[in-house]
Amino acid sequence: MSESQQREMHWQKTRSLMIIHLCIWFFFSFVVHWFAKDLNAINFIGFPLGFYMAAQGSLFAFVVQLFIFVKQQDKIDREFGMAEDDNA
Amino acid sequence: MSLKLKGDFIDNLPKIYGLYTGGFLIFVLLMALLEKNGVGADTIGILFVGFTIVIYAAIGWLSRTMQVDAYYVAGRQVPPVFNGMATAADWMSGASFVAMAGGIYMGGHAYLAFVVGWTGGYVLVAVLMAPYLRKFGCYTVPDFVGTRYGGNTARLLAVLVLVIASFTYVTAQINATGTIASRALQIPFEMGVWFGLLGILLCSMLGGMRAVTWTQVAQYIVLIIAYIVPVIWMSNKQGFGIMPQLAYGDAVARITELEATVGLGTLAKVAAPVDFPGLKALATAHNAPGDGMAAWKFVTLAACMMLGTASLPHILMRYFTTKSVRAARNSVAWSLFFIFLLYFTAPALATFTKLQILDPSLATSIIGKSIESVMALEWIQKWHEVKMVAIVDANRDGILQLNEFFMRADIVVLATPEIAGLPYVISGLVAAGGMAAAMSTADGLLLAIANALSHDLYYKVIDPKAETKKRLIVARILLIVIGGLGAFVASMKLTGILGAVAWAFCFAMSGLFFPLVLGVWWKRANRAGAIAGMAVGLGVGTWYLYMVKWGGMTPWIGLDHLRFGIVGASASLIAMVVVSLMTKEPDAETQAMVDEIRIPKGETVLGSH
Repeated sequence: MSESQQREMHWQKTRSLMIIHLCIWFFFSFVVHWFAKDLNAINFIGFPLGFYMAAQGSLFAFVVQLFIFVKQQDKIDREFGMAEDDNA
Repeated sequence: MSLKLKGDFIDNLPKIYGLYTGGFLIFVLLMALLEKNGVGADTIGILFVGFTIVIYAAIGWLSRTMQVDAYYVAGRQVPPVFNGMATAADWMSGASFVAMAGGIYMGGHAYLAFVVGWTGGYVLVAVLMAPYLRKFGCYTVPDFVGTRYGGNTARLLAVLVLVIASFTYVTAQINATGTIASRALQIPFEMGVWFGLLGILLCSMLGGMRAVTWTQVAQYIVLIIAYIVPVIWMSNKQGFGIMPQLAYGDAVARITELEATVGLGTLAKVAAPVDFPGLKALATAHNAPGDGMAAWKFVTLAACMMLGTASLPHILMRYFTTKSVRAARNSVAWSLFFIFLLYFTAPALATFTKLQILDPSLATSIIGKSIESVMALEWIQKWHEVKMVAIVDANRDGILQLNEFFMRADIVVLATPEIAGLPYVISGLVAAGGMAAAMSTADGLLLAIANALSHDLYYKVIDPKAETKKRLIVARILLIVIGGLGAFVASMKLTGILGAVAWAFCFAMSGLFFPLVLGVWWKRANRAGAIAGMAVGLGVGTWYLYMVKWGGMTPWIGLDHLRFGIVGASASLIAMVVVSLMTKEPDAETQAMVDEIRIPKGETVLGSH
């Protein structure tokens, strides 16, 4: 593969990863809270689920999501030789 | 500890801050010992706030520099975890520390939109912005806008948005430092404001970003200890164990039960005493999310806080200080982790405090008790004196009902240790934590403003030939002038802590969100489009805020003055896309530059910058 093809592929994968993570973000930011009232009927480790998601659940999801994102993006960078030197 | 030996200092960071944390804990124990031996509460408060400020100032002094790279971006060598802590302190303001739990206490589920918004925004920062801005290699956010789109108009518009958003925010922070300093040191509020500013400038003036970075790490450590220790203590006392964040589900359910018995929502509204401004009686259920309009209000507020997070320059510029693009990305994840520690504790704190006040089976409860006995409580008297708590026996039965007890939401965090009957050393610790939170945010904001003016306005536009020394002197003079202006505005007490903060987010997202995102993700975005995006976004947002807040206009579909960013940012997006498509695409050089920022490897776009 030529350098420009590598770059093209790298950006395509980066973009797909971005879209996936924004979908997850959208779900935990908006979708679950839209249904908070209904979710409150469900008990989750002692909490009403609607309250739990706003007070903790979504926050957990964001933190875990970001650490996974870092790993995934780094893998893409390395796959196409676009990563920085490790000792940089 | 010599900060001159750069390599050594960076390598030894875990050790240095480990010692610092240990030292701070020893200081707390020492204070507890003093309290046991009869030293007064006031002295302990003064020692807590005074001692921590002296430490921050010392770090600021040790980090002094005359190098441009160190002054603007801390030499680009801050490790991800430490940058994460610094960002968390930069981020968590007086509003997060002081006002958030109080907001949840008064507003219940609806207020949790702030908690969700102020964490979820970091997903946008990591995925859309930070790594690319780091690769770009700029000193300031307007630097990116000015170079990506070219031309002074775009650069100056970005400076304008930055100044409006950050200045709105910084007055609220200086206000908070003033409030805390005046209470802890027993000086008038106006003096407290100037005292707070002095502390802030001591941290940032001599060392710029380098000094702010290392003081912010120190401030994070103080603020997180100060926030979490009282909650764990209180929870342990009430039998919820030492991980209260995971175990307060029962407390939420218990509050919902109690709300019915104390008549929340059915009692008649009693007017708060007129000479006690800003006090409220609890009238919103803790956990009663609605659907339809209520759900819409929740998600739009969260959206404003998220897009605002991803556009606020004092946050974005923290990621210019890492060693590499990978480190910048990593650092966003760590930032969110450190922020998360406080934010998932705030709802627990609000819940416990409410339980303390409502639950008749707890000794601390006041609702349903005789007014005489409640008025005799020390914390009630103390906060009543400073007009932050009020009791009105509206039905003259001598018993305190829920609608007869008024307090300022802001005091929940500061008063909780007293309500729970914890020793005074905890209150001193909390005051030091609140001070650290407000100071660190004010530092970051002041630096963002002063750097944009000194780098983008002065150096890039007015005097491009200025020498390093002159540039850094101008930067420092601006820092003092802007700090002074901020303190002056704050001393006039124009804004409550939270209103101003939400506005800052809305201003930032109206003017900067789309020009920044599309600058990376849409090659076709050009100068005319960016200018239109910033001008229209800021203009429409400001107009809408004015019309809704003062002009008597009915908000569109529930988008009130806290949510004006939705209107501004939508206008900005439309203007930017339409104008970009109507005008010529960017030249080949600019397109190549965009390609370059999309890959981590290689030199930064701005070279040695």
